[in-house]
Amino acid sequence: MTISIRLRLFLILALATGAIWLSAVLWIETSTRAEVERVLDARLAEAATMVSSLISDHRVEVAHAAGGAIHVPMPAAGGYTRQLSCQIWSLDDDALVGRSDGAPQARLTAADGAGYSESDVEGEPWRVFTVVNPDLGVRVMVGDSIAVRDRLVRDVIEGLLLPAAIILPLLGGLIWISLARGLAPLDQLAATLRARAPSDLSPLPQGPAPREIRPVRRALDTLFARVAAARDTERDFTTYAAHELKTPLAGMRTQAQVLRMAPDAETRAAALRAIETSVDRTDRLVRQLLELAEIDRETPEQTATDLAALIGETMAELASLARAREVTLESDIAPLPATFRTSPFLLHAALRNLIENAVIASPRNGRVSVTARHAEGALHIDIADDGPGIPEDQRTRMTERFVRGPSGSGSGLGLSIVASAVARLNGTLDFGARDAEGRHQISVCLPG
Amino acid sequence: MRILIVEDDEVLANGLSVGLRLSGFTADRVATLADARAALETSDFEGMVLDIMLPDGLGLDLLGELRARGSALPVLLLTARDQVRDRVRGLDAGADDYLGKPFDLDELAARLRAMLRRGEGRASGALRWNGLEIDPATHTGSRDGAALRFSRHEFAILHALMEHPGRVLSRAALEDRLYGWQEEVESNTVEVHVHKLRAKLGRGFVETVRGLGYRVAAEGS
Repeated sequence: MTISIRLRLFLILALATGAIWLSAVLWIETSTRAEVERVLDARLAEAATMVSSLISDHRVEVAHAAGGAIHVPMPAAGGYTRQLSCQIWSLDDDALVGRSDGAPQARLTAADGAGYSESDVEGEPWRVFTVVNPDLGVRVMVGDSIAVRDRLVRDVIEGLLLPAAIILPLLGGLIWISLARGLAPLDQLAATLRARAPSDLSPLPQGPAPREIRPVRRALDTLFARVAAARDTERDFTTYAAHELKTPLAGMRTQAQVLRMAPDAETRAAALRAIETSVDRTDRLVRQLLELAEIDRETPEQTATDLAALIGETMAELASLARAREVTLESDIAPLPATFRTSPFLLHAALRNLIENAVIASPRNGRVSVTARHAEGALHIDIADDGPGIPEDQRTRMTERFVRGPSGSGSGLGLSIVASAVARLNGTLDFGARDAEGRHQISVCLPG
Repeated sequence: MRILIVEDDEVLANGLSVGLRLSGFTADRVATLADARAALETSDFEGMVLDIMLPDGLGLDLLGELRARGSALPVLLLTARDQVRDRVRGLDAGADDYLGKPFDLDELAARLRAMLRRGEGRASGALRWNGLEIDPATHTGSRDGAALRFSRHEFAILHALMEHPGRVLSRAALEDRLYGWQEEVESNTVEVHVHKLRAKLGRGFVETVRGLGYRVAAEGS
């Protein structure tokens, strides 16, 4: 299933915005934590040094009395009460000699050396700065709970996340609405297309269109034009076909009435003959119309074809027509491949109509000769007759549908079928050739 | 009533010419516009049956040429395309009538008669003169309640003379009405038919104008 462009864009934008927001939060958290550590570490060191110097100045008296730890006043930072805890330990007997309010009883750090250390006091992690004052024999430790530091950082991050919880849905809504506005030209195009009648194949109404829509509109207009052309061709074809069928029908009806009215047997016999001729010609016309429709529709199916057999069968089909017209059908077929890849339907349609035309164009006692050979990767089939040939100025027009030859007796479809079929076989058609005896000849050449 | 048929389909053109001849017309046929132009120049026709799609062009073009020359020749268009649009186009081009294929031969003949009659400015099909009434549709006549029958040629001569009572028609003009090109003209046939007509209608009905031809006698004579 495909999701809508709007939803797809929304998801992409929402995920991208969320990801950027999240990375920003992570980055801010890291940098805030580093900054907080730096500032608080500096404060630890400062406080420890200050206490140590106060002791040195004897502003704070450190009694060497066990259990009687002195009180060390510590500044309280706003909001974070009792952040700092201070302990003063005697170097001699390792006894707690002084501590600030709220400072734990347990030693803040096990480390003896001066400087920063981390420790675990009463189950909580602490960060401690130690100053050793050998003159007074005391060790001053100032520390703060890491949990407090974490809270500080957490507060900063929460300060960022809380507005985000409100802003992100708002941003999502804004993206959703903007997308609708941005995709409006597509919706308009869809609405225009929906409003059109199915038979309306005119180009889309002109007007300013966004650059992205223009190729779509162009493609649609091209498609409309092609469909309209196809529809017109079909309509013309249907009109012509109806016309071509109505004329022989009119002929038959008129002759049937003549048959009824005629007072003498001779006129009646002539009318009957005319009706028979008309039936045959109409039959041929219908067959050709169907062939033409088939040629237009079918994707030619290529199969291995026995050429000699195909030509033989086609000539056999026309034997009775040739007999009726007292025309001799002869063939000269060189050895041909028995597995020639071609469309037997198209080749048969082309050959049948060519030979049929030749028979009809031939005078009484004329000859129609079919020669075929396969050479240099091509199949050559020539059909020669004793007829008058096709005048040069009419050759291109003759392959158009319903354009009749000089005799005016055909349907005007035979050569259109031949031309369409040969074109679909990628072959060529030559109307102007002459055979060895100088007779008019039509040549078909198919590659393969 | 001599008609030119312009139709390229051999079977239909043949049926038309034979059928119209059986209906009392004299019909000639050609298959192309070029032949039709030549025929119109060399012979006199009283009407034309014209197909629209012809091998060398459209029948409407020939019709246009005729009307542009000021010819009032009655023309009946014959075509497979008989949508309203096509009929309107044909009639606007100057056709007097229009018939779609396939058609009824009797209807075609009746329409041709009506067309020719309108061309002569008459409302009714029947012609009357000197107590005789003839009907071109049935080739029959009547006088004083008695029915009269005529052969095709007799009727054609009588019809030609009664169309314009008093006008003298030469023997050649009458022969023209009797025979198409395909028919062999026999010498003195016109005299033979006039003789037969006088036998049926009385000696004085058709007058001979010496050296010129024939006419129907003045009424009351």
